[in-house]
Amino acid sequence: MSENLDTFRAEVRDWLAENCPEEMRSPLRSEKDACWGGRNFSFQSEAQRLWLERMGERGWTAPAWPKEYGGGGLNREQVKILKQEMVRINARGALYSFGISMLGPALLKYGNEEQKQKFLPSIVRGEIRWCQGYSEPNAGSDLANLQAPAVDMGDHYILNGSKIWTSYGDYGDWMFCLVRTDPEATKHQGISFMLFDMQTPGITVKPILLISGRSPFCEVFFEDVKIPKDQQVGELNKGWSIAKYLLTHEREMISWTGLSQTGTKSVGETAMDTIGGSDGQLDDAFLRADIAKFELDEMAFALTIERARDEVKAGVSLGAVSSWFKYFGTELNKQRYNLLMDTNGSDALAWTGEASNDGKLARDWLRTKGNSIEGGTSEIQLNIVAKHILGLPG
Amino acid sequence: MALVLNEEQTMLRDAAKDFLNGRAPLSHLRQLRDDGVTEGFSQELWTEMAEMGWAAIIIPEEYGGLAYGYTGLGLVLEETGRTLTPSPLLSTALLGTSALILSENENMCAEWLPQIASGEKLLAVAFEESAQHRPETVNCSAEPKGDGYLLKGSKLAVIDGHVADAFIVSARTRTGENLNEGVSLFLIANDAPGLRIETSELLDNHRSCQVHLDGVLVDRTQLIGPLHGGCPILQKVLDRGRIGMAAEMLGIAQETFERTMQYLKERKQFGVPIGVFQALQHRAAILFGEIELCKSAVLKALQAIDADSEEVPILASLAKAKCGQTASLATAEGIQMHGGIGMTDEFDIGFFMKRWRTLNQQLGDTRYHLDRFATLKGY
Repeated sequence: MSENLDTFRAEVRDWLAENCPEEMRSPLRSEKDACWGGRNFSFQSEAQRLWLERMGERGWTAPAWPKEYGGGGLNREQVKILKQEMVRINARGALYSFGISMLGPALLKYGNEEQKQKFLPSIVRGEIRWCQGYSEPNAGSDLANLQAPAVDMGDHYILNGSKIWTSYGDYGDWMFCLVRTDPEATKHQGISFMLFDMQTPGITVKPILLISGRSPFCEVFFEDVKIPKDQQVGELNKGWSIAKYLLTHEREMISWTGLSQTGTKSVGETAMDTIGGSDGQLDDAFLRADIAKFELDEMAFALTIERARDEVKAGVSLGAVSSWFKYFGTELNKQRYNLLMDTNGSDALAWTGEASNDGKLARDWLRTKGNSIEGGTSEIQLNIVAKHILGLPG
Repeated sequence: MALVLNEEQTMLRDAAKDFLNGRAPLSHLRQLRDDGVTEGFSQELWTEMAEMGWAAIIIPEEYGGLAYGYTGLGLVLEETGRTLTPSPLLSTALLGTSALILSENENMCAEWLPQIASGEKLLAVAFEESAQHRPETVNCSAEPKGDGYLLKGSKLAVIDGHVADAFIVSARTRTGENLNEGVSLFLIANDAPGLRIETSELLDNHRSCQVHLDGVLVDRTQLIGPLHGGCPILQKVLDRGRIGMAAEMLGIAQETFERTMQYLKERKQFGVPIGVFQALQHRAAILFGEIELCKSAVLKALQAIDADSEEVPILASLAKAKCGQTASLATAEGIQMHGGIGMTDEFDIGFFMKRWRTLNQQLGDTRYHLDRFATLKGY
């Protein structure tokens, strides 16, 4: 087995050496460097296009998916090796994709054979970019209260209503969407999961401006949008199980935001640079204490993620604990940016101009306020912990 | 190393849990207190613990120990935090034993460790000279005299000093230097002429002592570790103690939390279990998470000692500070959520708060370790 893995590692190494373009062997400088693929994506460079094409062809943009759907067909150990080898040469991800991180897992679990064949390979190759239609103006924390009606018209559905907080709704080629198919049923029972092309007549998209400035979030409006019946996933009126499955998935991804990016300076180091210290101690005793409390939690949280991963490997399932990770990770991130703002004093206030990179710190700080709202608010996560982990009544 | 327990460790923990629940649950501590047992713990029970090998967990096999490592001892301490079973585990099996092992003094190890492993002898480490934790401030002096040293000074807050067969004492052998240098460690028998002990009963029914050295003459063979080089050893001993105490506080936090969750499900007011109220649910959920953080910090720190990692100091401060914070929160919420009954002596929950308070204060409180954490992080 380990011999096979060594052979595999050697193959991966050779393949990457040959196929990963030189330009793709450096970290992303900003979000703009990320390749999202899709019908209308304009590649930054030929290297970016080639990298996606080659990785997609090999199925390594979704290395764990079955080969029959275009994936890499790799087992867990092999996926790990692929990641390690990519990290070793500083290779960028070839594709950032909600199709891979969110829709794919749902289709693999709930989709029928025809749907898997139709949608998965194009996700792997980055040909279709997906966006998510979940929240509505009156369905935020109470997501199951969503109302957008999809009415059965015999061979198709007609969708009306609207969605909000759709990330990159303005760039999405297709949407995976929760709709109301039974207005009479109790709220969790009448929801279905549907897929449709964003070019279908009747869809309008409007970007949302946040307190931090431009954002990927959009509002999406539906007016008599026609959805063929074969684009409904899973059982009719049972879409809530798919939604829950995906939300758990999403939470686990968001929760890692509590960790500082490797290579970036810690808050304490930043403070020493901007404020300075005497005898190795920061010249602001109260800030120092606040930073220490924060970094104590940051370190304990990193260790808890490490422990959770080791437990998953040992066969313990994470379950509702992912809600706590989401809660704590996002709260930590808010603290980090509060402290970074404090640490930078009046420099932190700049909103425009080159020196501040167009007010990056201030905008990032404001943006973190949304971390504990998106993907389920902190309060909702605490409810989930209380109910599903602690078994408290109500 | 994976942050999970191996089979041997899981078995040790389960055995500890069974034994403590059967032989020494919280009612045992209450009985000792109500009966006014002078030592504050049961010698008989300690003999049983030693028979199970608990006094010998970190002792190398060559000295009659089990060599299970600190992770094993930490698991037992965590369980004693749940039952609040008093014993010389901290003073002898952890602090004293660590000091002997780290001193690398073969003669002393050969003389003492087998008797510690068997439960016959107890040790206490005496390093504190002020009410605040300042182990590097050593005014107690050891001046060369004849073939040995003459020790003068006083030590405070000596855990289990009242039953120790010998003390490991820090004393200054060279003056006017960097605080961290010029200190040496000595092992002194409890019957040494000039040594006097005053015992105090603490709020958690544990005992702590002042040890007065009114000109105690020791032989040079009683110097353990390098001359003038005692501080680095003492710091390592203290870090091991801090991590062990963190493990005990983790046990306190978990047990208090579980008892409180049970109460939230049972106690009815306004016709419903009080656990339905969101004001309590969210605080419970937050506390759950804090305990998860502690579990990771403690396990990582214990593994770091066993791996002799350079990270031990920062992980010790992380674990001590985090568990101090969390056990504080858990016991405070425990009493608050139990309401009036939580304030009564008849009810158990207050015992956990008392024990947390003692552990928090010993070997550096939460603020001490936050400060040290920041210093070690370079700011």
